[in-house]
Amino acid sequence: MLWYLGRRLLQVIPVFLGATLLLYAMVFLRPGDPVAALGGERGLPESVQEQIRADYNLDQPFIVQYLLFLRGVVTLDFGVDFRGREITEVIANAFPVTIQLALMALVIEAVFGIGFGLFAGMRKGGIFDGTALVISLLFIAVPTFVVGFVMQIVVGVQLGWLPVSAGRDPDFVSLLMPALVLAAVSFAYVLRLTRTSVAENLSADYVRTARARGLNRSQVTGRHVLRNSLIPVVTFLGADIGALMSGAIITEGIFNINGVGGTLYDAIIRGESVTVVSLTTVLVLVYIGANLLVDLLYAALDPRIRYA
Amino acid sequence: MTTQFPVTNEGADGTTGPAPVDTSTPLLEIHDLEISFTTGSGEVQAVRGADLTVYPGQSVAIVGESGSGKSTTAAAIIDLLPGTGKITGGSIRFDGRELVGAPRAEKEALRGRAIGLVPQDPMSNLNPVWRIGTQVEEALKANGFKGSKADLRARVAEVLAEAGLPDAARRSRQYPHEFSGGMRQRALIGIGLAARPQLLIADEPTSALDVTVQRQILDHLEGMTRDLGTALLFITHDLGLAAERAEHLLVMFKGKVVESGPAREILADPRHPYTQRLVASAPSLASRRIQTAHVHGEESPELLAHHADEPPAAGPATVVETKNLSKVFQIRGPRPGSSTDFTAVDDVSFTLGRGRTLAIVGESGSGKSTVANMVLGLLEPTSGSVEFDGVDLASLNAKEAFAFRRRVQPVFQNPYGSLDPMFSIFRSIEEPLRLHSVGSAKEREARVRELLDMVSLPQSAMRRFPNELSGGQRQRIAIARALALKPEVIVLDEAVSALDVLVQAQVLDLLGDLQTELGLSYLFITHDLAVVRQIADDVVVMQNGKVVEQATTDEVFDSPREQYTRDLLAAIPGAGLVGDEIAG
Repeated sequence: MLWYLGRRLLQVIPVFLGATLLLYAMVFLRPGDPVAALGGERGLPESVQEQIRADYNLDQPFIVQYLLFLRGVVTLDFGVDFRGREITEVIANAFPVTIQLALMALVIEAVFGIGFGLFAGMRKGGIFDGTALVISLLFIAVPTFVVGFVMQIVVGVQLGWLPVSAGRDPDFVSLLMPALVLAAVSFAYVLRLTRTSVAENLSADYVRTARARGLNRSQVTGRHVLRNSLIPVVTFLGADIGALMSGAIITEGIFNINGVGGTLYDAIIRGESVTVVSLTTVLVLVYIGANLLVDLLYAALDPRIRYA
Repeated sequence: MTTQFPVTNEGADGTTGPAPVDTSTPLLEIHDLEISFTTGSGEVQAVRGADLTVYPGQSVAIVGESGSGKSTTAAAIIDLLPGTGKITGGSIRFDGRELVGAPRAEKEALRGRAIGLVPQDPMSNLNPVWRIGTQVEEALKANGFKGSKADLRARVAEVLAEAGLPDAARRSRQYPHEFSGGMRQRALIGIGLAARPQLLIADEPTSALDVTVQRQILDHLEGMTRDLGTALLFITHDLGLAAERAEHLLVMFKGKVVESGPAREILADPRHPYTQRLVASAPSLASRRIQTAHVHGEESPELLAHHADEPPAAGPATVVETKNLSKVFQIRGPRPGSSTDFTAVDDVSFTLGRGRTLAIVGESGSGKSTVANMVLGLLEPTSGSVEFDGVDLASLNAKEAFAFRRRVQPVFQNPYGSLDPMFSIFRSIEEPLRLHSVGSAKEREARVRELLDMVSLPQSAMRRFPNELSGGQRQRIAIARALALKPEVIVLDEAVSALDVLVQAQVLDLLGDLQTELGLSYLFITHDLAVVRQIADDVVVMQNGKVVEQATTDEVFDSPREQYTRDLLAAIPGAGLVGDEIAG
């Protein structure tokens, strides 16, 4: 177990280096000169541009810039962006709200997806099952922003149940609608996955044997069907944490939330390579961490899996 | 712990209190039971008017091939019919109570408490994610166990110990995947009997286990049910096993009980044509070498004498010879870089004579399939050599190896798995011909027709797909495919193990005929000694990768030298009964 954990943590290093190098190269290779664009229509004097390039090491060759960035990562000093803000501070401002949003969405999709999926799978072919399948297909097919706008109009404006947008320092209630929108697609997948898994497990030999030894329906469902069915679902949910955080970019845009999405978008527009790469790197680390968590959870759910 | 239900079929006489075990009133009475399944093409009747009676403490066996409705009948008793199955008629009375149409809760209450179940496949019948002890605990709690946690734990250990599990308290903390098949089946027997039911249904309880383990488990099951006074309803496809283990025998065929009576009477004097065929073809009951009988038209006793006359040393030329064959697998250890060696095959030498059949016998894990794979050239030996016609396989270059494949062909155990479901039968049989560029398209088609004739299948089968054929038919296809390239040697890896007895006998007959017709040599890998007697000239007995005994079939059967071989022989179900038959 410790060996496994150690090996997995060591794997983070090449993944981190590869991801940052690729990201850095992509931002570096983008067309246009960010410093020239800083001055707008009229442009900055040549000497000022030179000064800015020197300050931000933009006059150095690519590999030197990248190595300087790596030094920044190691010393936890990413430097400042074009507006003079500490990049560490930018990260600290952007992430909490996105993390909150992603976790809320995760809970929503897990609770409703597993709940409805279990119900549908137990009565496969029934009315509930059919309805759930059609609705989930709808969620998968309709783009997130459409769901978002429709929710804003119906739930926010017409019914007035929830605030239409979140704004600065959003509270739980104002994040509820964005979280629902963000969760919609994954909810549909979780539902379908749970349903298939439950239906399959229901006909497993050990379920029949459990019933033969006198367990009633709810005992069999809770102890034998649900736990076994959750194994693939947990795998999906874990991988989804990362997807939710990056997927939040669209949702944040719709609901006017100042999270990772907005910050990242601005940084890309301004060509601030260090900000872009730093934010994305944190996202990469979240992905890796979530995957590791899934693997450990997997072992907890399924004793046959022992990491060797 | 047993729940007593009032006996009502004789009319309530008002007596209360513990009823004495009344052996004259049936415990279970099934009358005219009909069960059907709804499929895409309508209703399919699986059981059509089955009758059966089990008295308290009695052991009854239901024998029949797959699809005869025996397991379905058993599932109906505990209301656990799979899928769309439902009871469409008849009655099931348990302890005087009608179960057909009874409320669900009532039937649920009977399960575990009054009727226990030991299922077929120990590998799939324990939930892999819960500890063994937890699953026993469930059975106890669901059936009214009251007591503290410590009591419960003690009782769990007791249940497992009763089922013959050594070191039960520690074992109960383990997970199913840490148990061998035999240990799992013991745990399942423990669970089945945990609540002291009056009736235990054992559905093919040992079919998935090795013969020697099979015997231990059945001995134990028999002892336990006898001591507890539990009635046993034993379901099996093996007539020998049923006769050996049950007092009363029921033969089911196509959803009907065609014969019923005391086990020995049925064996000695089968009335129904199906039972007669079953008795005649059961390999465990009457086994003689098949192939030569066809050639010479001899009766079995003469045949035996004939074989004894043949000096084994002066046999035909050798076609396959293995010399000190070994195979070591590396098993990855817990730490990076660490690994342990596992010797699957250890110093195995044998010769397969041309036109003869050599059987390699052993339990699972004995290395017999690894030997087969090395003979087929699919696996490289770690040391030692396989010589085909005097040429070492390791010395062949790619082109020669390709040519070698034409001369040795395999037939595997599972015809469901070894035929590509997306290939038509024609394509499956033709594939090796096409691969080796044999003949024109027309010639190949003619060859496929010829091959289908050889394995006694209609030529119209060509256009069909594997899922439209029965298991026996599929195995014939696999044999036809193996024959396509006119090989000299066929490696049959458990080729008849998955088949029902009657089908098995037909396929063995076919193999015998083909051997005399085409002069084939067979390397026959099996765990079933009863089959060996029917087909093999020579036997190699393997255990833990080593050869423990090697002799002609008659020598091995008549005077086994090694204890392990004797154990294997003794474990053949019904072995003891044969002696009786001959003596009586």
